[in-house]
Amino acid sequence: NMGAEGMDVQQQILHALEKNGVVISNEFAVSEKETHQKVVGAIKSLESLGNVINVKQIALKTWECTDEGNNLATSGSHEARLFNSLPPEGRSLTDIKASFPNSNFALGAAMKNKWLKKEGEKVIPAVSAIEDEVQIHLKAIAAGGENSVPDKIKAEYKKRKLIKEVDMTVFEVSKGSAFTTSVMKQEAELTKEMIESGQWKGKTFKPFNFKSKGRIEQRSGYLHPLMQLRSEFRQIFLEMGFTEMPTNNYVESAFWNFDALFQPQQHPARDAHDTFYVAEPGKTISVPEDYLQKVKKTHSSGGYGSIGYQYDWSREEAHKNLLRTHTTAVSARMLYKLAQEGFQPVKFFSIDRVFRNETLDATHLAEFNQIEGVVADYSLSIKNLMGLIKGFFEKIGITKLRFKPAYNPYTEPSMEIFSYHEGLKKWVEVGNSGMFRPEMLRPMGIPEKVTVAAWGLSLERPAMIMYGINNIRELVGPRVKMELILDNPLCTIDKWTPTGNNS
Amino acid sequence: MPTVSVNRDVLFNALGRFYSDDEFNELCFQYGLEVDDVVDDPEKGITYKIEVGANRYDLLCCEGLALALSVYLGKKSLPNYQLMPAKETEKYKLIVKPSTAQVRPYVVGAVLRNMKFTQAVYDSFIDLQDKLHQNLARKRTLVAIGTHDLDTVSGPFIYDAKVPQDISFVPLNQSQAIRADKLLEMYSHDSHLKEYVPIIKDKPVYPVITDQKGVVLSMPPIINGNHSKITLNTRNVFIECTATDRYKAQIVLDTLVCMFSGYCDQPYTVEPVQVEYPDGERVQYPTLYYRQQEASVSYCNMLTGVNETAESIAAMLTTMSLSAKPQGQDKVIVEVPPTRYDILHECDIAEDFAVAYGFDRLAADMKMPPTNTIGQEFELNYLSDKLRLLLSQNNYTEAATFSLYSRIDMGERMKVNLENESWVKVANPKTTECEAVRISLLPGLLKTLSANKHISLPLKLFEVSDVVLRDTCPSATRGTGARNQRHICAINYNVKVGIEKVQGLLDNIMVALKVPYAGDNNSQGYYLEEKEHPSYFPGFCGSVIISGVPVGHIGLVHPEVITNFNLNNPAAALEIDMQKVLELINLGK
Repeated sequence: NMGAEGMDVQQQILHALEKNGVVISNEFAVSEKETHQKVVGAIKSLESLGNVINVKQIALKTWECTDEGNNLATSGSHEARLFNSLPPEGRSLTDIKASFPNSNFALGAAMKNKWLKKEGEKVIPAVSAIEDEVQIHLKAIAAGGENSVPDKIKAEYKKRKLIKEVDMTVFEVSKGSAFTTSVMKQEAELTKEMIESGQWKGKTFKPFNFKSKGRIEQRSGYLHPLMQLRSEFRQIFLEMGFTEMPTNNYVESAFWNFDALFQPQQHPARDAHDTFYVAEPGKTISVPEDYLQKVKKTHSSGGYGSIGYQYDWSREEAHKNLLRTHTTAVSARMLYKLAQEGFQPVKFFSIDRVFRNETLDATHLAEFNQIEGVVADYSLSIKNLMGLIKGFFEKIGITKLRFKPAYNPYTEPSMEIFSYHEGLKKWVEVGNSGMFRPEMLRPMGIPEKVTVAAWGLSLERPAMIMYGINNIRELVGPRVKMELILDNPLCTIDKWTPTGNNS
Repeated sequence: MPTVSVNRDVLFNALGRFYSDDEFNELCFQYGLEVDDVVDDPEKGITYKIEVGANRYDLLCCEGLALALSVYLGKKSLPNYQLMPAKETEKYKLIVKPSTAQVRPYVVGAVLRNMKFTQAVYDSFIDLQDKLHQNLARKRTLVAIGTHDLDTVSGPFIYDAKVPQDISFVPLNQSQAIRADKLLEMYSHDSHLKEYVPIIKDKPVYPVITDQKGVVLSMPPIINGNHSKITLNTRNVFIECTATDRYKAQIVLDTLVCMFSGYCDQPYTVEPVQVEYPDGERVQYPTLYYRQQEASVSYCNMLTGVNETAESIAAMLTTMSLSAKPQGQDKVIVEVPPTRYDILHECDIAEDFAVAYGFDRLAADMKMPPTNTIGQEFELNYLSDKLRLLLSQNNYTEAATFSLYSRIDMGERMKVNLENESWVKVANPKTTECEAVRISLLPGLLKTLSANKHISLPLKLFEVSDVVLRDTCPSATRGTGARNQRHICAINYNVKVGIEKVQGLLDNIMVALKVPYAGDNNSQGYYLEEKEHPSYFPGFCGSVIISGVPVGHIGLVHPEVITNFNLNNPAAALEIDMQKVLELINLGK
């Protein structure tokens, strides 16, 4: 912002322009005894007004004083100071040499200028007054008026390291198409008073700089990117007509987490290396007894057309509490409830936390969110499961899918879901799926002709891909990089891919 | 999923052709296998590490993989595993002593006659035993295998269990006899064997198998004796498997003999061993049992979504190593071989049929199920989302922290005595970070602040998520003894901050939920009441109360808590039990 002083310089420039037609910034500074910087500032302000002036940049070589040069410009040359320090009767040579700084140089130069002469042991003034040309020259150079100093002298001063050559940008100013000598004071902003009084009509406003960034008065609130992605997946399930399961129970019994899913008690996934068991409350309070008996029988000796796993099923093992390893534990509870209440076709989904006793690293967390979809109806086939998965993945823009036979203790058939990754140029696993085994469904009381299709994936993996991060802990948990939340206020997914486009 | 290492050339040789990596990957994909890694070793050549389904014990070695794939490709037919009469019935006996019941009650055995070992066969034989030990046998706890050069020992064999001081033998690859207790002490420092030591260490008696002359064949499940060690010159192999699970011992033995009987002079033949239990029970092993399993054609078609005939299904099943015959129009009789213990139900048959049919072919005709339902959100989640939006509109930023904490973060650093809290304790965490399920969201937000000190202040964070509490109510805890409770937590961290900052947020939440402010502490509505809480600065902590019921805390975080989390600015915090609030105002039941 230009103060009143700045306005004066602007005004002087405009007057000089009107008179001379052209103003060169550095010359103007010398003639007006202003610093060049201030003159340039005034030119810039005038330029910002529009077409009042035209400005051309010129690159120049110019001279400026070194520290030593500035020193002499202020206090005078050594020889002048020596001359001025002598009384009319002079002083002894030894005395001068002992007390005057740079005495040798000063004596030599003063003698050469014939300012001083020797009388025996004494040095006495030879003239009554002197003109210190060195000081005059240096002062002129310091003020930008180097043209008054002959080139030969400049070369000598350069050698003496009193001045140095520098690059300089100067501005040649000429009248613009809208030239005027009367520039008005610019208003910083449009005010209530101006609007009410109508004064804004006669005002000029300081132009807005469209090239600068805006300013936020207070940081706004943000939703976490992972939670936003969770919302997107919830929305997709809801669009597909799925009902959300109540998954708000992290502590689960081994019974619902494993046994109900026909996962044998010696299955490696039940090992303490993979599953967090709970010390307190270590045992579950209750499990529906008649159902437990059916599960026990199916595991140990079979039933419903199955030979079972042929082992001694332990109630104690089933009653152990753990942190659920999958939300399928809740799906099992929901299917059991459904069978008790009278079966009708359903579509269930959930997105919630599951726990694995992992050693934590860049891609493994001890807890993550599992996305799960379950459809129970009469005579569903794996073609239906594939269709569901395709419909679901198309909603996140993934259209190229393949299914690989896999093994899962509680589904048969089981399929791993692969999608073609254009970047990696290969098929990558994006989820798991299958049809729940009859040994899981029938003890619950689900009718014989009913089949249940289910698929699942983690929420964190697509989030990592979406936000391009390699270390999961930068996204989830207390060590989150806050920038990631602040930089991603909107989470959108490509769910408008036309269906049926399988190319 | 187990991973099996197979030499590429040996495998391709068995398959009768060379495959490029892409071709072989494709074959595996269709069959349900996955090449995990390819290792090129200058000495051993190229090794494929192939991931196989955890229930397919018959694919855990090169022999089994090559056979299954050859049958799938139609290049080989299924072998018929045959149990021959025992050469010397009296000698090939395993006599079980009563004391084994105290430690490892079951044993099974078999003899492979006139085998030809090469280094590759020997390595694969050892490798399969290792794979079976690791997977099906649950690290030897359920089953342990011992294989011996039959010609170095003389039956009948005795399976006994003795006090450790009474067992002494030269263990495998050692030269000195060592007493069992000392041996276990020694192996407790052995990187390979130490994990098996605890299986019997503290038992009163240790299992031991000896021959007629007292030569120790093995001390299961730890180590074999050196005397009966198998070498490349071994022709006749005696196999014993001791177990705590009789059925799994049968599976392990059947798998092992089926996979390696192909190297006998008379391929796919095995000689039996008679096991005599103390109660007089006599059982002959291996069973090599071929089980008849019926599969309904309409069921297979329904589950797969196709319409194939019984003949066609039977033919496809045969390519999956299941020999099958149509019986009438709606039945296929499958002869489940002793290699396919994974077949439990006709759904397993249907799956093999689907794989043989080809998942790609099925996918070409995939269709949405006809199931018409109306979607519905879980009300608690619906309301949580509304409140999350409200909090972010109040310029608070959402954090997503873990529900597992260390005890120190949840207790000591929060100045909370966990003895007084109904918290859920994790029994076996691998790291201290996972010792406890959180009872409060505040430590997570403090840790989030601590990790983001480079962000300009004020930092205002919130989280709407579940804490977990112990509870004896069966219905509230769904029978488990612990229930989730959804909380709202918010923190305002700044150079200067007062309680009123988060109180304003609380007011906005209450306005949104239409709960009036009850300043006189008596009427319906919400109010604050001064109440101490160890995590908050004394005199600057209040209880948030709705209609007389406390629902949470508000206050200045205790300066010691601030410094405990490596922070240095004051913070005002609010944590309320959202579920309780909703209950009190009759929302979200």
